[in-house]
Amino acid sequence: MAHGTAHDSKHEPHPLVGHLVPMWILFAVGGALLVLTAITVAVRYIDVGEFNMVIALGVAVIKATLVALFFMHLKWDRPFNLLTFVGSMVFVILMMAFCMMDTAQYRPTQFVGNPPEVEATLQANAPGAPVARYTPYSP
Amino acid sequence: MTRRLRPRLHEIRSTDRTKDLAVSTLHTSQATAHEAHGHDAHGHGDHAKYPFLQHHFDTPAHQFDSAKLGMWLFLATEVLFFGGLFVAYAVLRSRFPEVFSYASHYLDTLMGGVNTCVLILSSLTMALAVRFAQTNRTKAMVWCLVLTFMGAVGFMVIKYFEYSHKIHEHLVWGKSFYVPPPDQAGAEEAKVISTAPAPAPVALTVANPAAPSVASLVSTPPVEASAIKPAAAAPGGLASVREQATAEGLPVADNDPAFAHPSMHLADPKMPANTHLFFAIYYCMTGLHGIHVLAGMVMLAWLIWRGARGDFNSNYFTPVDVGGLYWHIVDLVWIFLFPLFYLIH
Amino acid sequence: MTTIDASRPIDLASRPDNYLTHTRGFLSWALTLDHKRIGVMYMAAVLVSFFVGGVFALLVRTELLTPGQTIPGVTADVYNQFFTLHGAIMVFLVIIPSIPAALGNFVLPIMLGAKDVAFPRLNLGSFYLWLAGAAFTLVSLAMGGFDTGWTFYTPYSTTTTTGGVIPVLFGVFILGFSSIFTGMNFVVTVHKLRPPGMTWFRMPLFLWAIYATAIIQVLATPVLAITLMLVVIERTINIGIFDPSMGGDPVLFQHFFWFYSHPAVYIMILPAMGIISELISVHAHRHIFGYKFIALSSIAIAIFSFLVWGHHMFTSGQSPLMNTLFSLISFSVAIPSAVKVFNWLTTLYKGNISLTTPMWYALSFMVLFTIGGLTGIHLATLNTDVHLHDTYFVVAHFHYVMMGSALIGMIGGLHHWWPKMTGKMYSEKLGTAACIIIFIGFNVTFFTQFYLGAKGMPRRYYDYLPEYQTYHVISTIGSYIMASGFFLTAYCLLSSLYSGRKAAANPWGGGSLEWQCTSPPPHDNFAVQPSVGDCYDFRALRWDETTQGYVNDPALAAEAARNPLH
Repeated sequence: MAHGTAHDSKHEPHPLVGHLVPMWILFAVGGALLVLTAITVAVRYIDVGEFNMVIALGVAVIKATLVALFFMHLKWDRPFNLLTFVGSMVFVILMMAFCMMDTAQYRPTQFVGNPPEVEATLQANAPGAPVARYTPYSP
Repeated sequence: MTRRLRPRLHEIRSTDRTKDLAVSTLHTSQATAHEAHGHDAHGHGDHAKYPFLQHHFDTPAHQFDSAKLGMWLFLATEVLFFGGLFVAYAVLRSRFPEVFSYASHYLDTLMGGVNTCVLILSSLTMALAVRFAQTNRTKAMVWCLVLTFMGAVGFMVIKYFEYSHKIHEHLVWGKSFYVPPPDQAGAEEAKVISTAPAPAPVALTVANPAAPSVASLVSTPPVEASAIKPAAAAPGGLASVREQATAEGLPVADNDPAFAHPSMHLADPKMPANTHLFFAIYYCMTGLHGIHVLAGMVMLAWLIWRGARGDFNSNYFTPVDVGGLYWHIVDLVWIFLFPLFYLIH
Repeated sequence: MTTIDASRPIDLASRPDNYLTHTRGFLSWALTLDHKRIGVMYMAAVLVSFFVGGVFALLVRTELLTPGQTIPGVTADVYNQFFTLHGAIMVFLVIIPSIPAALGNFVLPIMLGAKDVAFPRLNLGSFYLWLAGAAFTLVSLAMGGFDTGWTFYTPYSTTTTTGGVIPVLFGVFILGFSSIFTGMNFVVTVHKLRPPGMTWFRMPLFLWAIYATAIIQVLATPVLAITLMLVVIERTINIGIFDPSMGGDPVLFQHFFWFYSHPAVYIMILPAMGIISELISVHAHRHIFGYKFIALSSIAIAIFSFLVWGHHMFTSGQSPLMNTLFSLISFSVAIPSAVKVFNWLTTLYKGNISLTTPMWYALSFMVLFTIGGLTGIHLATLNTDVHLHDTYFVVAHFHYVMMGSALIGMIGGLHHWWPKMTGKMYSEKLGTAACIIIFIGFNVTFFTQFYLGAKGMPRRYYDYLPEYQTYHVISTIGSYIMASGFFLTAYCLLSSLYSGRKAAANPWGGGSLEWQCTSPPPHDNFAVQPSVGDCYDFRALRWDETTQGYVNDPALAAEAARNPLH
C-alpha cells in the first residue's frame, strides 16, 4: 500500500485515500510522451507506404497507454475502472468495423467525380478551378 | 446529527430537526485496505471526523472509490461521444483515402505538434497538481493547476491561429470550400467568368458495378495528365499556386476567378474531388475537442478557486483527482486526433 | 435464511414520519436529494408525458378512420407531425426514463438497503435535464414542430423546413445526458452500495436488469448525442456528411442512429423484464426459477443489443454481407429473452398464484411480449423483412414490445410498488378491470395491425386505399378501448390517494429489502440495518389480518432455516 519512494527526503503526508504516484514516474512519463511525439512527427516525413498509418496509430496507442496507466492512475486502480475504459473503446471499434465493412461493400457503386452540389458551386463561383474531375477508384 | 460542509437546503427548512435519524451502520464488502486509516468499527466516527463524507457512504475510501468509478463511467461516455466522430472519420477515409492524403498537407504540422506538446505538458502539470493535493502542498497544487490552465489557454490560442488562417483561405466545410475567398483588391474580378479553357463538364455517372476496369469509369478525359496521379504532395505552406500552375504549363487567365485570390486549393489541379469532406470532419472533431478544452478550462478555474480557498488536502482531494481524469481524457483524444489529421503521409 | 429479522420489528406507531412528510414546501421537493422524492417527481413527469403522447396517438388513429382527411384541419403535413411527436415523446420522454428513472430511482437504493444512490446531486441533475429536454420539445412545438418521424432520417431531417427540428434535436440531446447520468449513478450504486451479504448473485433480479440497462445507457447514448449534433451541424452549416449531393452518405446517419436506438429499445425492455421477475415470483409466492439464467441473460441481452442495429436497415442499401450478419445475430438475441420467458413460466408452475393487479399485468406481459418477440423474428428474417419493412407489421411489432411489454411492465411495477410509495392500497377490482380493458384494447388495436402490415399497408401514411379501411377502423376502436383502460387505471391509482386503505409494510409478501421498511419509507430508508438473505424465499412469511400485510413468522422462519433451498 505504501508506494512512497526512497527518493523522498522529506516525509510527505500520506493521503487518506488513493495512492501516491512517485514524482519521478510522472516526469519520466511526461518526457517519454514528448519523445514519442517527436518520433511520430519525424516518421511522418519518411515514406514506408502502408506502415505510416500503422506506426502513427501504434505510437498514439503507446502514448495513450502511458497517459492512461500512469497519469490517470489505472496501474494502481481497481481493475473495473480499466475494464470500463477499455470496454468503451471496444464498442467504438465494433461500430467502426461494421460501418467500414458496409462502406467497403458498396464502394463499386460509389459516386465518381464531384457531387452535384459541389459541381454547381464550382460552376457558379470558380469555373476555372481545375479540381480533379474524378476520384479514381482503386480496389 | 451528521455534520456536512454544505447543509442540504431541505434540512434547513425541515419542520423538526430532531427527526433526523442517527446514521445507521451499513458497511460494505467493497471497503478497501485504506480503511485501516483512522476509522472505528461502526463508522460513526468517520462521519463526524470527515465533514466531506456524505451520509450514504461509510468511509472516505468508499466515497472516493465511488467517485472515481463514476468519473470513469463518464469518461467511457466521452470515449463513445468522440468515438462516433472517429467512426465517421474512418468511413470517410476509407471512401476517399486520396482526399485525406492530399488535404492533410494543408494542416500545419508544426502548430499541431506544438499543440500536442502543450497538452502533454498540461497533463503533466495536472498529474502533479493531484499529487500536491494528496501531499497537502496547497500552494504548489494551485500553481500546477494554474499552469495547466495556461496550457489550455495556449492550446486554444494556437488553435485560434490555425482556424483563422484556414477560414481566411476558405479551407472550410461545405460549399464555401469551393468559393474562392474574396481578394481585398479585386472582389469584382472574382465574378468575371473565366475565359480560360475550362475542363469539359463531366457527365456524372454512377460507376457500373459490372465494369471490368477502372479506366472505363472515366467518362471524360481528365483535366491534366498530372491530375490522374493519386494525390501527390500538394503545395504546403503559403506559396502561391499561380506560379506553380504556370510552371506546370497550365493555362492561367488573368481574370480567372480561381485566381482572384491565391487560393491554394481551388487552383490546384491535384486536388481530388470531395476534399471538402476532410475539412468537414476536421472541424467537427477538432471543434468538439476544443469545446471540451473550454469546458476543461471552466473546470480548472473552479478547482483553482476552491484550491486557493483551501478546500483540498490529503484527506479530501477527490475533485482534483476526478478533474484530472477529465483533463487527461482531453489530452488522450488529442493524442489520437493529431496523427489522424496532421500526420497523414 | 430469512429476510425479515423478527428480533427488530418495524413499529409503525412510533414512526409516523416518512419521506413524503419529512419536510414540506416547494423547495424541499425542487431541491431534494432524496432519491424517493426524485423518483416520484420523475413518475409524475413521465405519466404526464405519457398522456400527451397518448393524445397524439389518438389523433393519429382518429385521423386514420377514413382514407384522406378525417379530422378537419389535419392535412398530411399535420399528420406527419402527429406521429412524429407521438413517437418522439413516447420514446424519449416516457419509455426510456420511465422504469429506470422513475421506479428505479425509488426502488433501487431501498432494495439495496442503502440510504441513497451513489450520487444524489447528479440524480437531481438528471431530473432537471429531463425537464430541460421536455422544455426544448415544447419550444420546438412552438416553433413549428417537426415532421421527420422520431427517427430523424436524413436527408429529410437535414432539409425539411419545419422550424422545430433543431430545438427538438437539442432537447433529445439533453434527454440523452439525463439518461447517461442516471445510468452512471446506477452502475456505481449497484457496485458500491450493496449491503454485506448481498453478493452479485443475491441481488434481486430487478437490480440485475437495472444494472444491465445502466450499462447500455452509458455506452449507447453518447452515440445518439453525437448523431444529433451532426444533424444540427448539417442543418445549420451544411457540412455534407450525410448529404449525397455533397459527397456524404445518408445511410451513415442510419448506422449512427441505430447504433444507439437499437440498444435503446433494450433500455426500454430490460427493466420491464426485471419488474416481471419480481412480480411473478412475489405474486405467485414461489422462488424464481433459474435465477442465474435470468440474471446472466440480462447481461447477455445488454451486450448482444449492440450487435444487431443493422436489422433496422435491411432495405436501406446496406450491403448484403452486413445484412446477413445482422440478421444472424438478431436471431440469436432472441435467445436470452426466451430464456427469461421460460423461466417465468416455470416459476408460475405450481406456484400459489394470487391474481392481484400486478399479477394480471405480469401475465399480460408474458402474452404480449411473446407475440412481440416472435414477430421480431419475422422482421429479422431478410426475405420477409423486404416485404414487411416500413409497413404496419413493424408498427405492431414494436408496439407489442415497447408498449405491450415495457409499458405494461412499468404500470405493473407501479401497481406493485404503489403501496410502498404512497402508503395506500388501491381497489383491486378497479385495477384488475383496468388491466383487462387495456389488454383487450391493446390486442384489438395492434393485432389488427399485423394483418394490415402483411397486406401491405405502409406505416406513416396519411392516406390509404379503401381496402384497408375496415382494419383501420377496428384498430382505432381498439385504441379508444385502450385509452379508457388507461383512464380507469389513472382513476384507480389517484383515487387510492384519497380513499385508499392504509398499506402495510409488506402487502404482497415480497422478500426483498424494500418490503422491510414502512410504507411509505422513512426519509433515511431504514432505521436499523436490514439483514440480507435469499430475497425469493417466501417461506417465512405469514399473512397478518390486522395489518393486512405479510409479516415474518419466527416459527416458519426457523423451519425454513432448517431446510435451506440452495
